[in-house]
Amino acid sequence: MSWIDIGHIDDIPLRGARRLKTHLGCVAIFRTDLGEVFATADRCPHKGGPLSEGIVHGQSITCPLHNWVFDLNTGQAKGEEASIPTYPARIVDQRILIDATQLTAQSAA
Amino acid sequence: MKQRLIVIGAGMASGRAIEHLVQAAPDAFDITLFNAEPRGNYNRIMLSPVLSGEKTYEQIVTHDDAWYARHGVTCRFGEQVVAIDRAAKTVTGENGTLPYDKLIFGTGSNPFIIPLPGHDLEGVIAYRDLEDTQAMMEMDAGRKVVVIGGGLLGLEAAAGMAARGAEVTVVHIMGHLMERQLDEAAGYLLKKSLEAKGITIRLQANSREILGQDGHVKALRLDDGTDLPCDLLVMAVGIRPNVALAQAAGLAVGRGIHVDDQLCTSDADVFAVGECVEHQGAVFGLVAPLYEQARVLAQTLLGEQAAFMQKSLSTKLKVTGCDLFSAGDFADGEGRENIVFRDPARGVYKRLVIENDRLIGAVMYGDTADGTWFFGLIKDGTDIAEMRDTLIFGPAYQGGDTADPLSAVAALPPEAEICGCNGICKSTITDAIAAGASDLGAIRATTKASASCGTCTGLVEQLLQVSLGDDFVMPTAQPVCGCCDLTHEDVRRLIKSQELKSQEAVWQELGWKTRNGCHVCRPAINFYLLADWPLEYQDDPQSRFVNERKHANIQKDGTFSVVPRMWGGITTPQELRAIADAADKFKVPTVKVTGGQRIDLLGVKGEDLPHIWADLNRAGMVSGHAYSKGLRTVKTCVGTDHCRFGTQDSTGLGIKLEQMLWGSWTPHKVKLAVSGCPRNCAEATCKDVGVICVDSGYQVSVAGAAGMDVKETERLADATSEQEAIDLTVAFIQLYRENAKYLDRPYKWVAKVGLDWVKARVVEDLHERARLIAAFELSQSVYRKDPWAEHAATAERYQPLADLTLEAAE
Repeated sequence: MSWIDIGHIDDIPLRGARRLKTHLGCVAIFRTDLGEVFATADRCPHKGGPLSEGIVHGQSITCPLHNWVFDLNTGQAKGEEASIPTYPARIVDQRILIDATQLTAQSAA
Repeated sequence: MKQRLIVIGAGMASGRAIEHLVQAAPDAFDITLFNAEPRGNYNRIMLSPVLSGEKTYEQIVTHDDAWYARHGVTCRFGEQVVAIDRAAKTVTGENGTLPYDKLIFGTGSNPFIIPLPGHDLEGVIAYRDLEDTQAMMEMDAGRKVVVIGGGLLGLEAAAGMAARGAEVTVVHIMGHLMERQLDEAAGYLLKKSLEAKGITIRLQANSREILGQDGHVKALRLDDGTDLPCDLLVMAVGIRPNVALAQAAGLAVGRGIHVDDQLCTSDADVFAVGECVEHQGAVFGLVAPLYEQARVLAQTLLGEQAAFMQKSLSTKLKVTGCDLFSAGDFADGEGRENIVFRDPARGVYKRLVIENDRLIGAVMYGDTADGTWFFGLIKDGTDIAEMRDTLIFGPAYQGGDTADPLSAVAALPPEAEICGCNGICKSTITDAIAAGASDLGAIRATTKASASCGTCTGLVEQLLQVSLGDDFVMPTAQPVCGCCDLTHEDVRRLIKSQELKSQEAVWQELGWKTRNGCHVCRPAINFYLLADWPLEYQDDPQSRFVNERKHANIQKDGTFSVVPRMWGGITTPQELRAIADAADKFKVPTVKVTGGQRIDLLGVKGEDLPHIWADLNRAGMVSGHAYSKGLRTVKTCVGTDHCRFGTQDSTGLGIKLEQMLWGSWTPHKVKLAVSGCPRNCAEATCKDVGVICVDSGYQVSVAGAAGMDVKETERLADATSEQEAIDLTVAFIQLYRENAKYLDRPYKWVAKVGLDWVKARVVEDLHERARLIAAFELSQSVYRKDPWAEHAATAERYQPLADLTLEAAE
């Protein structure tokens, strides 16, 4: 694991999300009502909707375009044969850390 | 031969360590105890019962003079330690120097005093020792107190003084009370209980300064300018380990005095215990780990093997009537699942947090009887996969009961209003049921409840079922979504009758089955709350769909469209130039004229939004709300200004209506039109509200549609003056805002309640019309403003949080 500090927890609105630009495309960072953080691909596999613009409820995200719902833990879509990549993220002393092993892989190559 | 042991600080942890030593090996140590306070060890955590009068100071003394004498402990109380020489192994107090073989720091912690202007005024205290408690005990009836800090200690102080009759206000900077121990839902219930005890709670309140008079505290001033008068101000915002002496002695110190698993500091003969220590990055404030440290320290000093390990903690609040319990870790982490149970009738909330088939956290309010059992499961790491389905019901209840969907209605007080149209309260209906009314028709006939607009039908049916049980067969009603058992109409009615003013209140009191709703119910609840409580409830952008949160319409490729408002469809060359400049500057691929008489800029990138808005704002333009469930446009024709057929100033009336209504949130989008004559060039007869000007005045018609359905408007009334036309329109919109189901356009809502019901309120009852207009105006005092101007000021929120492609390149 290689944890990178990408910002303060309050940079993300409560029950909201922000985007992170990476070589793998945009990654969405979510903050739940309980202050948990999750990182997933920002792109909905259905029609490419930006998940970071969706509604965060519990540990789920609803895509803003056609209301597909994804579990933020597993990336699995509810009731659909589809999923989104998830990436390890955590909070340490109010700072958001994300595991950059995969996300910066291209630069190492 | 006896070893010489010096202990600095007579607190609960060092006291417990001495107890262990004198019991296990009474002849091993020659103990000297220094204490800056002129007294020995008392049970600090029982200060709250002393404050509330349930105990006296004498009852909470742990070690009295006789105890110290009996165990041969030399007491040097009221004496400060001034220096420690670790090389010579001596401690120097104000009254002389002593040698030691082993030294223990039990210096505890200091309360944190926020350095606000005026913090040194007389009457500003912390809540830490007996002196503070005595100052608070003087606060009885008629005295005003402000407590800064809504944590464990602050709330116990507040409750203690409130019990003595003082008028207490708690000021807390966070969004809910005890945020370190409780989640929002439990915090909401706690707030409700404390408010019932007469304590005022102000959340998200920032203190600015403390005002004084003649050197004594007079009031606390908040950031929003509010002054809270007080005779005493208690700061209970946290503690800091007291490390000054250890630092001066050259020991390794971080937040606290660094210790290893044996409580040994960086000096092998010096130990530390209690609130002054830092162990593996953590500092300690609750009593359980402190006692554990004391045990380990005593064993270490006696040459036994022992190690201190941090464990999960549980918390209980010592306030009578506030039953709460929290344990373990219930936040921060992925891969965790929640089980939530709410019983609105009993004011009960329970949440369990599960990770890898193990319980790792629990929060409970109202019914904490099973707390110890859950805490045991957390500490033992028990595999709960087998009992998962019934886990939340506790050890005694492994039968698999479910929450009663009717409990919200059952819990309503008898005077709660069920039928708003006819002013019928719950007891009137239950009396009618007791007198023999056994179905909806009978209730309508005897009480008139649900006989007018019908939106309370669901509630009346639930009352029938609660009262009659299986004798009443419930018609199936469509609940809002899977998160609850109530219909939209029921939820709206209950938000009004139970005065639910926050999302947490709705989740709890209406028995929501999820933590915070879903994308279906949360936008609806957010609207209902802001429509019914415009001043008390704050709009929550995170409960809105992307368009309303971003104040722009998302397009299929993730870009946005921007539509500035053109009042009544009127624009100027200067506005058109500004729009053209913005389109050039931000490389807008498509510029389109809309059906609502304005210009749409399509294909704007998300991060450019605040900048294009700022440019349009500078030219005097504001958001056209082309994205909102709110007023979109007022389409007009040119009326008497230019048209040879025009009968009234239709453009002027359209602009007035648009300026009156813009910014308001409604259940669904609202479009208006004003035509200057019956030729109807503005197509007013298919709008939500359409006005047609005629020689004799204005024909106001409502509930048209030209979308999924096509429907002609129905005449609401004829107005003789422009003002009357405006009044009828505003009253109609407000009635719609107060009563319609979220996402019902006006034509759907009018079809449900009937045009006659609407006319009775908007046209015939002039008092009600005036009330509706006043209620709308009150709401508009909050919402009639340009969201673009506000959002342009926080442009950084529209940018990516970070750019790893750049970091990687470096």
